[in-house]
Order: sequence, then structure tokens, then C-alpha cells
Amino acid sequence: MLGLVLLSCALLFTDYFTDYLDGLRSTLNAVVTPVIYVSNIPGRTVRGLEEIVESRSDLRDRLLELEQERLILQAQSFQMASLVAENNRLRELLGSAAKLRDHVLVSELVGVNPDPGKDEILVDKGSADRVRVGQPVLDAYGLIGQVIEVSPKASRVMLITDDRHLLPVQVNRSNLRLVARGTGVSGQLELQHVQPTADIKVGDLLVSSGLGGRFPVGYPVAYVSELDHDPGRPFVETYASPSARLERSRHVLLVFSTDQLDADLSEGP
Amino acid sequence: MSWLPGVVIILTSIVFAMILAVIALPDYVPLEVGYLRPQWVALVVIYWVIALPHRCGPIIAWFSGLALDVLMSNLLGHHALLLAVTAYAARHLHQRIRMYGVWQQSLVILGMMMCYQMISYWIAGMSGDGRWREWYVLSAVSSALIWPMVFLVLRYLRRQFDVS
Repeated sequence: MLGLVLLSCALLFTDYFTDYLDGLRSTLNAVVTPVIYVSNIPGRTVRGLEEIVESRSDLRDRLLELEQERLILQAQSFQMASLVAENNRLRELLGSAAKLRDHVLVSELVGVNPDPGKDEILVDKGSADRVRVGQPVLDAYGLIGQVIEVSPKASRVMLITDDRHLLPVQVNRSNLRLVARGTGVSGQLELQHVQPTADIKVGDLLVSSGLGGRFPVGYPVAYVSELDHDPGRPFVETYASPSARLERSRHVLLVFSTDQLDADLSEGP
Repeated sequence: MSWLPGVVIILTSIVFAMILAVIALPDYVPLEVGYLRPQWVALVVIYWVIALPHRCGPIIAWFSGLALDVLMSNLLGHHALLLAVTAYAARHLHQRIRMYGVWQQSLVILGMMMCYQMISYWIAGMSGDGRWREWYVLSAVSSALIWPMVFLVLRYLRRQFDVS
């Protein structure tokens, strides 16, 4: 018994202070992935049944709606293409590197970490699909988080609201750069070190600033929801609510920056 | 090979408990309900240790804990340590616990799960997540409340398949 306790403590310390155990963890991960898949069966079945009993007219309405939406988006994306070209020409004139569009991989949510201290989700793409640790994750409305652990068929994503997560952002209106910290409370981010004189208002959109090199520039992150300035304090307490639907997204997008794809291709499959 | 069906039943029940521990709830259920979930793996391990102390002990508990750590992305050794200690305590107390009625057992389980959550909180604190959450206590309470069901189901299985 004492042996087991000592062994556990040794594991705990090794895992906390070093990364020697990452190999062991990913091996074990591959072993326990079936448990996650099985745990997902009831949810999938229910959703499957819901699809079966959905009426024909409802489906047709949805199809029409989606088709219209697709037309609009397509038109906008044509416009976008010319804007990107123009933007890149202007950037060339300014002597800065051209911006490339990022590639994305659609992935399905397969699990949520049941630990209240951790805002993490599991998605069904892993190292077999070239997913890497540190990769940013989006949904249709904004940034969700980043990949923190990869196994062959699944990966774990830390959400931006996790209280271990920091994210460099900027206010879209005034280009003010800030750091957004997760609070551990779902649907809340805290902005750190906001000066009382800073140009920031409730309702401002925060976008990722790209500083730190992990997240791409310009993805929407959150809207400022609360400013509370106590004159006795040096900074304004500022909170923001994420624009992505962190707990409600069934599908998420894994972003591949173009550099990473190039590196992968030169490495070979 | 008469021991084989028994091992299969024990392992299946532990794996099933792990599935319950990580299962994703449907979208319309608030997240808090998920945090309230009982410590399924601990309950199942305690049952098997009480019922078959010569077969199940800290070692099985330790390995199930390691698997649970990977599933829940805790530090490796977190649940392994917790479950091994729990199994050790249960083995010590098994003769007394067997004498109790099911609801009395629930009270013992409540005490054990409180200790379990306390050690869990310590380990989390050492690894930098030292925030106290009322879920620690509430999950111990829900574990104690669900114990009679776990006990009856597993006892039925044990008798049905004659695991000994």
C-alpha cells in the first residue's frame, strides 16, 4: 500500500514538474479512447433519432434557409477575395508580408471534461489528421480555445474561459491591446490591467491580436460586458463575454496556419 | 478458469463506471448537473473491495485510477492515489460495513467520499488549482445518495454471475 502511495506521488511530481510522462500519457490515451467513444453513443443515438423523426417540411424549410444563406455567403466571399487581393497589394506597397488565408478542419465535439475546475472539451480529430498541440480552435462565432493534448484519434481543447488560459486581444474599435484571462466561470473573461483612461466601452468587440504567435490575428473573441471602476483601485475591473458559443457548439474548426501546412508537406506524410 | 467470468464482470463494471464518469450530457442540461455527478468509479471500486476483499484491493483501484486520470486529463497519479487509498480504507472496514444496512452504509460512504474529495482538493491545490468549490462536497453527497442503487445493482450482478 505504501508502495502504491509513493508510486502515485512520484508520478504526480514527475508529471507536474517535467514532461517525461507525455509519452506514457498519449499511449494510455489511445487505450482509453474507446471509453470516450462509447460514452458518446447515447448522445449520438438521441440526435440520430431526432433527425429521423424530423418532419419532411421542416427539413425542406431548413434546406431552403441554408441554401439562401449559402448564396449570401458565397457572394460575400467573392467580394472578400478581391478585398484580400487589394489588401495584399497595399501591404506590398507598405513593404510588409502578405496575409495568407488560414485553412480549417471541421471537427465534432465528443466530450466535455466533467471536472468543474477545467473548461475543456474533446474533439474527434487527432494526430492522424495532423492536429498539433497549440493549434487554435474556432466555431462559427469566434475563438473557442486551443489544443492542449493530442492522441491519434482525438484531441483535448482548453477553452478560453478556463482559468489557466490567457489570450492576447485587442479592441477592434481603438486597437488597444489587452490580455484576456479566463475566469473559470462559463461565459466570462476578465481583461487584465485596463487603465482608467483606456479607450474601451461596454459592447466593444475584442479580436485576437496575434501577439504571442499562437493565435492568428483578427478572429473575434468577446464583447466587453462590464466596466467597473472603483477610484481606489489602479485598474478598471473589466469583463467580457465570449462571442463563440463555448458550451453549445457541436462542431468546431481547427485552424491550420499556412506555415504549419508547408512544414508538414516538406516533412512528408 | 472459473475465475475468468468474475474478472470480466469486475472489469466491465469499472469500465462502465468510467463511461458514466465522463459521459457528455445533452446540450439542454445545464453544466452544473454534470458537476454534481457521483464519483462512480470510487463507488464501484468500494463495492468490489467490500464484497471480495481477497480479490479486489488497492492494486486494481490504482490502475483504474490511472485510466481515469488520463480520461479526465488530471495529473497522472491523482485518481490513482485517491482510489488506492479508498480501496485500502474499504478493505480495512469491510467486515463492519457488511454488517450495516444499506442506508447506514450510505453514511459510511459519505464519510469516505468526503475524505476522497478532501485529498482530491489537496492534490489539485498542489498542482496550482487551489480554488475551493462547493461541488467537492455536493459530489460526495450525491455519491452517498446513489450508493444504495450501486450496491443493489452490483450485488444482483455478483449473485447472478456467481462472482467470488
